[in-house]
Amino acid sequence: MILKGRVYRVGDNINTDVIMPGRWCHLTDEAELAKHCMEDHDRDFLQKIKPGDIIVADENFGCGSSREVAPLSIKAAGIGAIVARTYARIFYRNCINIGLPIFESPACAAATGPDDGLSIDVFGGKIINHTRGGEFAFAPFPEFMKTIMDKGGLQGWVMERLGR
Amino acid sequence: MGQTIAEKIIADHAGLPTVVPGQIVNVPVDMAMANELSAALSIKELNSWGVDKVFDPRKICLVPDHFTPNKDLNAAAIATTVRAFAQKHDVRWYFEVGRGGIEHAVLPEEGVILPGQIMVGGDSHTCTAGALNCLATGVGSTDIACAWATGEVWLKVPTSAALEYTGKLRPHVYGKDLILYTLGDLGTPGATYMSIEYFGDVFDNLPLADRFTMANMAIEAGGKCGIFRFDEKTKDFVEATPRFIAERPAYHTFAPDADAAYAVSRKYDVTHIEPQVACPFSPDNVKPVSEIEDIKIDQVVIGCCTNGRLEDLQRAAEILRGRQVEKHVRAIIIPGSQRIARIAHETGLSNIFIDAGCVFSTSTCGPCIGGHMGVLDADEVCVSTTNRNFRGRMGHLTSEVYLANTAVAAASAIMGRIGSPDEL
Ligand code: SF4
Repeated sequence: MILKGRVYRVGDNINTDVIMPGRWCHLTDEAELAKHCMEDHDRDFLQKIKPGDIIVADENFGCGSSREVAPLSIKAAGIGAIVARTYARIFYRNCINIGLPIFESPACAAATGPDDGLSIDVFGGKIINHTRGGEFAFAPFPEFMKTIMDKGGLQGWVMERLGR
Repeated sequence: MGQTIAEKIIADHAGLPTVVPGQIVNVPVDMAMANELSAALSIKELNSWGVDKVFDPRKICLVPDHFTPNKDLNAAAIATTVRAFAQKHDVRWYFEVGRGGIEHAVLPEEGVILPGQIMVGGDSHTCTAGALNCLATGVGSTDIACAWATGEVWLKVPTSAALEYTGKLRPHVYGKDLILYTLGDLGTPGATYMSIEYFGDVFDNLPLADRFTMANMAIEAGGKCGIFRFDEKTKDFVEATPRFIAERPAYHTFAPDADAAYAVSRKYDVTHIEPQVACPFSPDNVKPVSEIEDIKIDQVVIGCCTNGRLEDLQRAAEILRGRQVEKHVRAIIIPGSQRIARIAHETGLSNIFIDAGCVFSTSTCGPCIGGHMGVLDADEVCVSTTNRNFRGRMGHLTSEVYLANTAVAAASAIMGRIGSPDEL
């Protein structure tokens, strides 16, 4: 599977409060959540992105609150994948659980700027920067996570556990 | 190779002699908790999965606390969904408004979570309960839905950090200052994915309240959990909870092996630590209070899940007794739970606050998450005893939050600027 998109670039410590502010945390509808995605980081986020775009971040992306509405809003807004140097752990597992493709690649983050074109070879384990050139490996997923991802998220795994 | 506390608790639950960091295991959970916001999403997911039976209603805990008492129609709709779910599944640990408070204060206090157990919670500050020598960790709503359906959760065995605190504390220095100081040292990603394990003789002379504060903010360093050793103080606390008194449940305790492997080790001599303040917009942007310049404030929040225990409120009341909050400052006191509120009323503590010109609120997350009961306007400045000061956390994007202990917050309320109790 190849994911292709243009880069929306952010820096360190983007927390879930700015991805999905507390005032919207009562929402559960994905379309509604999408309307407020990244609102407190960048008011014009939704105007700037197109479906399939890739967020590239530096350290500790998704830190703070466990609110799953944060990654859900990113997915619902049409972001195709996230690449970061590192992630906060709850955010990371939430992405795996909801089936939002997420990759850890310090090298790619270091060499990627706003609006670059990237393609991610999910099973081949590499990211290509088409704008600046360069090919970067990402940290391989542990087997268990691959299983969850193969099932499109935790739901498929739960169904199996329950024998359905 | 010896094992850390977290490794022992996980191995115990996974039915394995030992586990190693990085290993992914599936473990049974002793408690799966959610607040109304995370629960709403978990319930939606369970419904979409077609799951209509939970694994064990006695191991589920629901605490509507974030936007309660319902702040508006949206909050009301969510609370109704959660209550209906609790009724339908006969959830044992459902804490309706008026009978609970803030999840992280309520659970340990009621005995819902016990030493040696594993709890997952749909809230990042679930790690608070680790003060009781259990492994409590925040997860998302899908994980909670999974736990409610199957009784299990997948965990990656974390590496661990050993933080040791020794020496004698200076006046007005508490657990909050130790954890803020630690955050200043480690940085917010400093213990990402780690089990933060706290040690040291300092805790012999502090009430459990300070352990809860420090375990609460383990997540602010990226921690998976924050865990304290079990001692006589823990025993006294646990065995005085209503559930323990009624049922005398058995529980296990875990201490690390002498040769346990810690990825990060720190020893802090607390003798030189003064009260700490975390400046906007990160909990690791920490300075000693004496280095804070003249910063005028509009609001003070004392309490919530980080510092809303009885001892926290007593420390603030000691400062406010017989004094007045500065004329143009709003001071809002939020007890962690109804039980704490009750004692505050009984002992006259709440009157000290009211006489000083504070609002004595009901127990709710309210202002901490910028929800209600104290939302900040543009450019307003707040001193808060909560745990996060991210941009826009308590309201307007241009508002600012400084984090401190309850004595510093009380002193600041009186002076109308950030300052220490020593200046009064
Ligand atoms: S008081 Fe604040 S930090 Fe604590 S649970 Fe509520 S919103 Fe979260």
